[in-house]
Amino acid sequence: MTALRNAGLPLLVFVLIVGTWEAVVRWFEVPTYLVPAPSAVAAAFVNGFARANYLGHAAITGFQAVTGFLAGSALGIAIGVWIVVFPTAERIVYPYVVALQTVPKVAIAPLMIVWFGFGLESKIIIVALVSLFPVLVNVIAGLKAVDQDRLDLMSALSASRWQVLRYLRFPNALPFIFAGLNTAIVFSVIGAIVGEFVGANRGVGFLILQANFSLDIAAAFALFVVLSIMGITLHWILRRIEARVVFWSKAEEHFRA
Amino acid sequence: MTQAALDIRGLGMVFRRGEAVVEALASVDLAVGDREFVAIVGPSGCGKSTLLKLVTGLRRPTRGTITLHGRPVDGPRSDVGIVFQSPVLLPWRTVLDNVLLPADVLHLPRAQYRDRALELLELVGLGGFAKNYPQELSGGMQQRAAIARALVHDAPLLLMDEPFGALDAMTREQMNIELQRIWAASRKTVVFITHSIAEAVFLADRIVVMSPRPGRVLEVIDNPMPRQRSLDDTLTPEFGEVVRRVRVLLGGQGVAL
Repeated sequence: MTALRNAGLPLLVFVLIVGTWEAVVRWFEVPTYLVPAPSAVAAAFVNGFARANYLGHAAITGFQAVTGFLAGSALGIAIGVWIVVFPTAERIVYPYVVALQTVPKVAIAPLMIVWFGFGLESKIIIVALVSLFPVLVNVIAGLKAVDQDRLDLMSALSASRWQVLRYLRFPNALPFIFAGLNTAIVFSVIGAIVGEFVGANRGVGFLILQANFSLDIAAAFALFVVLSIMGITLHWILRRIEARVVFWSKAEEHFRA
Repeated sequence: MTQAALDIRGLGMVFRRGEAVVEALASVDLAVGDREFVAIVGPSGCGKSTLLKLVTGLRRPTRGTITLHGRPVDGPRSDVGIVFQSPVLLPWRTVLDNVLLPADVLHLPRAQYRDRALELLELVGLGGFAKNYPQELSGGMQQRAAIARALVHDAPLLLMDEPFGALDAMTREQMNIELQRIWAASRKTVVFITHSIAEAVFLADRIVVMSPRPGRVLEVIDNPMPRQRSLDDTLTPEFGEVVRRVRVLLGGQGVAL
């Protein structure tokens, strides 16, 4: 009964919204170049996959997002560990990290196109930059948030700095790191689309621009759906990994991003 | 008394918290014999835990010396096993892996120590729980696992800092019986800190009674109660007499029975 209600209520709301939307668009004869009816969006969606190679473009955007996410996250974890293990590094580097974090990464996207070209590389680098900071901030927070009792336990065993990192600080930071990764995975799709907006001849962002220029708003909506499916899928995969890796904790409790 | 396992002379500890100077330990002299069970009782804040932290080498004393197995203590040592007030188990490690943590940190051969850890889990009554995670165990079971961990690297001295303070009265009595059995089986020297007079009298060969802050040794009482002791023994006049002597020394100041 509860399961039925959990699944049933959102579905009911969805049907109501889409139904109302469809009715309003038809009743008031809203022009398709302003707001297309859901049926028109669905048609554009099917048509896009059948004729306009949406799958290929989505694969490119997805590849850029995932690759950039992995690179940015790995870099964020590495820099975070470095900063926490060497306190001198924190004093020297952290002010710049904070300063860089305040720069909207979108603002430097055009520069990345100039430096790294129209291809995949520039997008991957933009995504990596966007993903880096939420992970980095959480890694630092997580590595530092260690109970004194646990540190005493390690000290009493004469554990080295690296052993404390390996056996205590790093596992302790994992829930925080996943909180950062969950933010970063959402940012990564945004980063890829921004990169494609600024300069690309492939990908979902490129298709959205094209659809807008030709006032094919139904196609633009269909592409939003594609992006949404992509985002939900990536987020779901990450959640599954998180549930297996950080089985002892709920990341929500440690959300710091 | 045979050769002293632990020899404490003129030990003093002063903390500075900003302007305030707190003298935690005035001057403590204490010798603990090999395979002896010594309990330290005193009112809250008498510096019992400070004394233990100094013996573990986690903190450095302001004055005085600690000699452990013939060598002065100048830092954490691997010939000591510690049980803290809380179990301090790592939630990402199974019970077995938690017990093996000292072996991992001290680079002891894991295969060999795995068998020993399993034997110890049997000894502390957690035979069937090696593969469980700590958060699946009750408080008393977690503290048993912590005791097994303190014993795994076969340190001759076991330091216990109010290990059963967080447990309910019935579990605590049970743990006292278990600890007596474990001590008899493992033949360790034990220094056991508690604020329960009954617990001290039940467990110890000698009871060290400490003064309120700044802590010093008021008296060391030889416990005439024969081994093995049962819970029925706690109802005998002899037991009551020892408890009474300790309580008179403490003057009834904020001490739980």
